Amino acid sequence: MDFKLDEEQQAVVDNVRRFVREEVVPLEMGLDPDADELPHEDFKRLSDKVRAMGLYALDVPEEFGGPGLDLVTRAAMAFEMSQHRAGLYAPCYGTFGGVGLLHLFSGSEEQKKKYLEPLLRGELTSFFALTEPSGGSDPARAIETRAVQDGDEWVLNGSKLYISGADKADFGITFARTGSEKSRDNITCFIIESGWPGFHVRRVVHTMRSSHYATELQYENLRVPAANVLGEVGKGFSLASGSLLRERLPYAALSLGPAIRAQEMCIQWIKDRHVFGAPLASKQAIQWMIVDNEMDIRQARWVVLDAAQKADRGEPFRMEAAMAKLAATEAAGRVVDRAIQIHGGAGVTKDFPFERWYRELRIRRIGEGPSEVQRLIMARELIGGSFK
Amino acid sequence: MSIRMDKEWLPFTPEQVADAPGHMGVYQIADADRQLLDIGRAGGGTRFGLRGELTQALERWGDRGRYFRFEVNLGYWSRHQELLMLALHDHGHLPEGCSEEQAAQLGRISPHPGNDGAARPSSRTV
Repeated sequence: MDFKLDEEQQAVVDNVRRFVREEVVPLEMGLDPDADELPHEDFKRLSDKVRAMGLYALDVPEEFGGPGLDLVTRAAMAFEMSQHRAGLYAPCYGTFGGVGLLHLFSGSEEQKKKYLEPLLRGELTSFFALTEPSGGSDPARAIETRAVQDGDEWVLNGSKLYISGADKADFGITFARTGSEKSRDNITCFIIESGWPGFHVRRVVHTMRSSHYATELQYENLRVPAANVLGEVGKGFSLASGSLLRERLPYAALSLGPAIRAQEMCIQWIKDRHVFGAPLASKQAIQWMIVDNEMDIRQARWVVLDAAQKADRGEPFRMEAAMAKLAATEAAGRVVDRAIQIHGGAGVTKDFPFERWYRELRIRRIGEGPSEVQRLIMARELIGGSFK
Repeated sequence: MSIRMDKEWLPFTPEQVADAPGHMGVYQIADADRQLLDIGRAGGGTRFGLRGELTQALERWGDRGRYFRFEVNLGYWSRHQELLMLALHDHGHLPEGCSEEQAAQLGRISPHPGNDGAARPSSRTV
C-alpha cells in the first residue's frame, strides 16, 4: 500500500494546513474556549478565502458546484481541518461550507428546487432528525413516530431526541413509521418545515459539548404534503446510503486531527519542560507515551486512507469505513488522554485545547454509530449474516 | 431538572457579589420588580468566573440592578443559549442587556405547556 499523496493532492493539503495554522488558530486566541462560531466578519473573510482556494462546499457533488475531490484527498484535508480547538465539531468554523443533508440529492426535481438549491446557496438551513427517545442505534426497530396518510397529506405524531440545529433551521428531514410492522420497510423519509403548525422544539439537550447543544422535538399532528415524501414510501432507509457511507471517512479523519496536533504539542512540551533537573523528554515513561501516541495515530491514519483508497477505486468499502470510524475515534481518544497526562495540571485547564478535545472525542465514539455498531458491521461483513 | 433558572434571587450588592464563586456559569440580573435586565455567562476565558462577571455587571447596571442569581455550570455556553431562548419564548423579546445580534442568532424553543421538566430517553425494550 502506498499512501503517498500525489503532487496535486499534497498542494491542496498544504494549502489547508496553512489556512488552519495562519488564519484559524490565531483567531481562536480571542474566542471563548468553548466557542464554535466565528464573528460574522471573520467568518465571511475566511469563507471568501476558501472560495478563492476552490475548496468551498466540500462534500457537494461536482454537478451541484462542489470541488469534486477524491476521498483520499478529502480525508487528508480532514486530518488538517480539525487541528484547532473547535476543530472536531466545527472544522475551520464551517468556512468550507457544505451540505448536511445528502439525502436531498436523491429528491425529486421539485424538492431539489425548493429545498436543496437554496440550501446550497446558503439561503436555508437544515437539520436531520432520526433518533428518538426509544433509541438511535437501531432506528428501524426503535422509531415510534407514526405517519398516517390523510388525503394529499401525511400526519406525523411522535418525538425526536438529540437533534442538532433544529431550533435554528428552516427545514429538515425526518423519519416515521408508515406501516405496522417494525421493520426497515415501514420507515418513510419526509421533508418537514420548522414553521409548520405541530412542529415544536421542546427543549435544549445539554451535552459534554458545551458549545453545541442538541434538541428534543415533538410532532403534534404535523401535516406534511405528500410531495414532501423523500424517496419512496416505506423506503426511507435506502436513500443516499452510498453517500452516507462515504461521509463516514471524513468523519473518521476529522476525529484524528486533534490527536495529530496534540502529539505535536506534546513533543514540543516535553522538550521545553524540565522536571528533576532534566527535560521531560528524557523520561522513559514520557517517551513511551509519545511512541504509543504515534502508533495510534499512524495505524488509524492508514486504516482511514485504506478505506478512502478502496472507495476511490470503486471497490466495496463498508467494512473498511466502519473500521476507519472505530479506529480513528478510539485512537484519538487515547492520544488526547495521554496528552493531558503529559501536560499535567496544564493539560486539564482551558488554557490548552486538550480538555475540550477530550470531552468532544468521547462523544465521537458514540455519534454516527457507536463503536459497538461499527464492530457489528464488520462482524457481519467478515462472518456473514446477522445471527439473530 | 427545571429548564428555567429557579435559584433564589439575591440582593445585587458588592458584598453579595463578592461571595459569588469564581467558577464558570450563567447569571441573571433583575430590577426592583424582579423583571429581567440581563442574562449573562462566565465562560472559560473569564477572570474570576461568575464573581468577575458579576462585579463588572454591578458597574454596568448601577442602581437599576437590584437582584441577581446564578448557576455554576460547566456547560455555560449552551445553558446561556437556553436561558436566552426561554426569555424570548416567555416575553417575546430579550432583556435589555442582551444585544440584537444575540437575538438574531438564537434558535426557537417552545417548552411543553405546563411541563417545565424534560422527557427522558425511554429504557423500554423495543
